[in-house]
Amino acid sequence: MGMIRAATTILVVAALPHLLMAPVTAGEWSGKVEWESRGHLRSADDRSQREGGSTSLAFQPEFEHIFESSGDAIVLKAFGRLDEADHRRSHADLREAYWEHVGDTWDVQLGVNKVFWGVTESVHLVDIINQTDGLEHPDGEDKLGQPMIRLGWQDLPGDAGSLEAFVLPGVRTRSFPGARGRLRSIPRVDTHGAIFESSRRRRHVDAALRWSHTLDEFDIGLAHFAGTARAPRFIPGIRPSGEVVLRPLYDQIAQTSLDVQWTQEGWLLKLEALHHDGRDQYYNAAVAGFEYTLVGLADTDMDLGLLGEYLFDDRGDKAPGPFEDDIFVGGRLVLNDVASTEVLLGLIQDMEGEGLTAFIEASRRLGEAYTVEVQAYAARDTPPASPLAVFRRDGFVQISLSWHF
Amino acid sequence: MFHPTNALNLVAISTLATVAFLAEGLLADDVTAQHRGLAIARAVDTQDLGFRDYKVNVTMVLKNRHGQESRRVMKSRTLEQKNEGDKTIIIFNRPRDVKGTAFLSHTHRTGNDDQWLFLPALKRVKRIASNNKSGPFMGSEFSYEDIASQEVEKYRYRFLGQEKLDGQPVDVVERVPVDKRSGYTRHVAYYHRDHHRVEKVVFYDRKNAQLKTLVYRGYKQYLGRYWRPDEMYMENHQTGKTTRLIWTRYAFRNGYTDRSFHKSALKRAR
Repeated sequence: MGMIRAATTILVVAALPHLLMAPVTAGEWSGKVEWESRGHLRSADDRSQREGGSTSLAFQPEFEHIFESSGDAIVLKAFGRLDEADHRRSHADLREAYWEHVGDTWDVQLGVNKVFWGVTESVHLVDIINQTDGLEHPDGEDKLGQPMIRLGWQDLPGDAGSLEAFVLPGVRTRSFPGARGRLRSIPRVDTHGAIFESSRRRRHVDAALRWSHTLDEFDIGLAHFAGTARAPRFIPGIRPSGEVVLRPLYDQIAQTSLDVQWTQEGWLLKLEALHHDGRDQYYNAAVAGFEYTLVGLADTDMDLGLLGEYLFDDRGDKAPGPFEDDIFVGGRLVLNDVASTEVLLGLIQDMEGEGLTAFIEASRRLGEAYTVEVQAYAARDTPPASPLAVFRRDGFVQISLSWHF
Repeated sequence: MFHPTNALNLVAISTLATVAFLAEGLLADDVTAQHRGLAIARAVDTQDLGFRDYKVNVTMVLKNRHGQESRRVMKSRTLEQKNEGDKTIIIFNRPRDVKGTAFLSHTHRTGNDDQWLFLPALKRVKRIASNNKSGPFMGSEFSYEDIASQEVEKYRYRFLGQEKLDGQPVDVVERVPVDKRSGYTRHVAYYHRDHHRVEKVVFYDRKNAQLKTLVYRGYKQYLGRYWRPDEMYMENHQTGKTTRLIWTRYAFRNGYTDRSFHKSALKRAR
């Protein structure tokens, strides 16, 4: 996606409210503008990658309108980033563009939307509805908008929990950095060379169902997804230029998942587990752990959250993702001050010799409208072919300054 | 016959009886003070029964000892429950970096409250630890236990006396939090004797030193019965910081149901 598409999308989103018939008030607009500067700890391993750091600017306008008469809502959220180092990282996406109606026992959302499932911190295993925006943060938490029809039934009779059903027309393919970009695989992924198991390719209609309930200290969710995989497999390919690339392959899959959280006092115990069925393979993966909050450290207002999680994937070394037998430990220090200062420190140790990944994220507010965030990610002792090697090769330090309106 | 041992026994028994009588009197006084304190707290609770639900806009002005100010703007909705604490949802609007964050609390009369937080960046609803009651709410001088729905069962009471506060007749009651995780050893609360509402609370920290004073201002009566303040002013005597809560546009009996106070409703809270 080029800069022109990025700018056009943002303009379209900005013009949309004027097309609506209902009167619009200034208070319904919000969003942020973020300036990000990234520097890498080592020089690049691949010749086409741009040396030195990179600077980028991101825009995220949001619009929300509630119709007085019906209580229905329209939500719009667009995202765009301009990157001076990797033109492929310059991209725009419609994150959300949906209409919502809330009935007595049911509710419906129609349009492009984002849905989050999950309870753990180190990875979000069961969060499958939205595709990951691979050009954004390497933690995979930023997602692309997904067209969907979502129907929810809250409080089923007999205190039987809640149900949500999804029809997902249209498949989003994962975005990946271009040749000049860092934080990418070597060889790079050729997003234009995507292969689909289904002949309907991007027009395939996927579906999902999720049941959830709260029973005293337990929050439970059980879900099933049938359709196009969000995480592609990779097949080596050669471009006409002779360049060796990885082509993403999107299988048709079925995934059943469970997520549970037990909450008592300062303790949170969490579990996410899934069974994945694809054409050539099936596997199980899980992440389980705890979060314990120490409130008021040493008679101050600070809280310290202690996190520990174990990540498992029974594909072992054959797992394309980095976490098949790993332990995550982390600490989140929250100052509870006026500036909402927070520091998060994390370590992920692979139990099979794939190395150690470490990260730190610190953020706070500046004045009333600005936030600043500093982050660093690095890894060591990762074998060259390991997916985590990207953090060893392209470990980075980043500072971002955001204006919120 | 007069026997020295008998005399001693008589003196011993008399002393014991006197001490017991005095002690029982003191004990009775204490029990009376406890009953009276509890009765006052119950009267305040009864005064507020039956409001069903209400919504209100809140502006929070934080000021440090140098006079620097910071503002938070949010809206709050409360749903009364039968035989349980209230359910409350708070939706943040300012500062803008937290816009859309929502906090849901199901208060319980005994034991911990159930709390959920909606994080707009991830669109994630997270059930959070409930041991945070002594922690500051949004960096202010109000802690979670200060803003939570005040249930009678959360304290043990002792009546201290009658006084005049700004010319108004008040009952002074000591409240000791039942929850050991509270940030306070005790409160001294001033209840308006006729209107059955809190006028002022003085908070004592874990070392029993005076920590904060909360003053309620601008009380108005809604639906001919329910007292709500226009402003609450909290001053921390140890740090010199203050927080002013300004409540505007109270609206009662909006027809809320449990549906809007469910964790599934958090992500669409507006």
